[in-house]
Amino acid sequence: MNITDVEVREIEMHAIEIRESIITMLLEAGSGHTAGPLGMADVFATLYFKILNHNPTNPFWKNRDRVILSNGHICPVLYATMAHAGYFNIAELLTLRKFGSRLQGHPHREFLSMLETSSGPLGSGLSQAVGMALADRLDRKTKAGSQGIGAHQHKYFYCFMGDGELDEGQNWEAFMLLAKQKLHNVICIIDRNRIQIDGDTEDVMPLDPLSHKLDKFNLSVVEIDGHDIRQIVQAFLIAKKNIKPTVIIANTIPGKGFVRAENDYRWHGKPPTQKDADEAFDNMRTMYGRLSNN
Amino acid sequence: MIDKNIYNSILSQNNFKESSLDTSSLLKMATREGFGEGLLFLGENNQEVVALAADLTESVQMEKFKETFPNRFFEIGVAEQNLVSVASGMAAIGKLPFAASYAAFSPGRNWEQIRTTICYNDRKVVIVGAHAGLSVGPDGGTHQALEDIGLMRMLPNITVLSPSDSIEARELVKLIPKIKGPVYLRLAREKSFVIHDQGYRPEVGSVDIIYTTANIENRNKRVGIISTGPILYQVLLAAKELEVEGFSVQIMNIHTIKPIDKNKIVEFAKNNNKKILTVEEHQTSGGLGSTISEILSEEYPSLVRKVGVKDRYGQSGTVEQLYKEYGLDKESIKEEIKSLVHLYA
Ligand SMILES: Cc1ncc(C[n+]2csc(CCOP(=O)(O)OP(=O)(O)O)c2C)c(N)n1
Ligand SMILES: [Mg+2]
Repeated sequence: MNITDVEVREIEMHAIEIRESIITMLLEAGSGHTAGPLGMADVFATLYFKILNHNPTNPFWKNRDRVILSNGHICPVLYATMAHAGYFNIAELLTLRKFGSRLQGHPHREFLSMLETSSGPLGSGLSQAVGMALADRLDRKTKAGSQGIGAHQHKYFYCFMGDGELDEGQNWEAFMLLAKQKLHNVICIIDRNRIQIDGDTEDVMPLDPLSHKLDKFNLSVVEIDGHDIRQIVQAFLIAKKNIKPTVIIANTIPGKGFVRAENDYRWHGKPPTQKDADEAFDNMRTMYGRLSNN
Repeated sequence: MIDKNIYNSILSQNNFKESSLDTSSLLKMATREGFGEGLLFLGENNQEVVALAADLTESVQMEKFKETFPNRFFEIGVAEQNLVSVASGMAAIGKLPFAASYAAFSPGRNWEQIRTTICYNDRKVVIVGAHAGLSVGPDGGTHQALEDIGLMRMLPNITVLSPSDSIEARELVKLIPKIKGPVYLRLAREKSFVIHDQGYRPEVGSVDIIYTTANIENRNKRVGIISTGPILYQVLLAAKELEVEGFSVQIMNIHTIKPIDKNKIVEFAKNNNKKILTVEEHQTSGGLGSTISEILSEEYPSLVRKVGVKDRYGQSGTVEQLYKEYGLDKESIKEEIKSLVHLYA
């Protein structure tokens, strides 16, 4: 295990703070998505505070790892995590979805240039990640020699995807290309929360057995509890060492942390009211209290 | 815990809260709601009507149809290319499929499938593009379809419908069984003022002059305005205010972008000093403005000015903020009318 108890606790605390920010920003915005962002807070906190090779004060640093959010509607968790990691002021989170804000309802690079891509329409993130990794490999082969070792440091491309999003055929086109090109530095993380807009994924469009499908596409699959920090860390470390491209299936609870909203697909695209938010903050304080007392 | 005070500074700096559009005694309903009613009516009267959704059943107002006719409703999942191609297959066997998603994705994503499997085959599928225009609001630019009229009207065989209120949407949907070939129906998310009365019965392909200011004989202060979709309400507000200032304006509503009655457009330009203003919640290139320019430049050269989105993408904001930013609010439309009146006067 590459992580100490203290580190795990720290990441868990970050995740709760991120969740609080998500609720706060959605409440202020009056619209937006609650379930997906809350469910992915642990994975995002782990990635940004433990795994990612990045520099929040220099977001355009050439050798940074890239984060591609294919399921753009969960951007509240991306924005909140970036703010807590130091990319921009936490106060700015309150501008989510407002006119003139850098934090557009779905990520838009024209407004926030430090984003790796714009998204919202589902299904095209992984293709872009594959394209980035192909170009990067080309550069490493052709430029490393002429510009000296270290000019093109090895980097990773983390692509987040929803499970409902996998209904889009383009994902499977990208999976095939990913396997064909053996891009081991592309790491997909699927938010397996089992919901989408019209209901549970297995009612809307059955995906199971998902890990088998991906395995048969010749990808390496790691399935984890997406709320267990140790498992998340371990999955990322396995993926980074893997010689095949890896897909991490993160089993998550949509709405995690706001107990009444958990596992209920109707919270996919609904923001909290003041009453909901108070209840959620209360749930989160309890979570926080449990951690502090341990 | 994070300190909640951290947020307060920015809130006091920026007053984001906005006043809403001027209220009136008129009823507000979204065009998508009118579609939902029309679809239910057709479902009851025509056994061949089927509905297909792509994980947006409620948003596209197919929920009631799904509950009432569960056997004739098909959930395709988030897969717009599949959605319209499956609909084409169903039409081939004699069904009348309504395939619905957001316009940004259908026809935004699946245009080639619509072109080949539906229009090239001349199969009668109804492509329902919801959440078109800026009035989608806070979801932002990716979700605000501003190119769909252009994408659809370029395709041979298709009829393009763009209703201005929920009643017009409902009544046009009821007429769809009589239309030959594929249909595109453009709908808006946001509730908008209902302009037409319950007895209104549009005809596919007709154009309607829906307002003429009282002082219409004042020819030197006269322009004709052609509009489509719920933005028509802003045009009406602008015209009514300018009427008081002595301007004379005629307003034409176009709910069928294609096919279009060219003779009526020419006649309208003749009657309005060869000065036409088009107003649409769409890129000015490719949409209604282009349609009118194309007709008049060939048949009756006139001055055609366009209000609409000019080569930009949308963004997050309230409907009022976005209309203002993109020059589609009442005040901006008034300015455009005035400047057109004074041009070469
Ligand atoms: C191309 C496209 N079609 C439809 C949508 C509308 N939409 C947004 S989120 C969503 C459901 C996606 O499900 P999932 O990825 O599981 O997200 P979750 O509900 O778990 O957050 C849909 C259909 C979209 N954004 N893009
Ligand atoms: Mg999901």
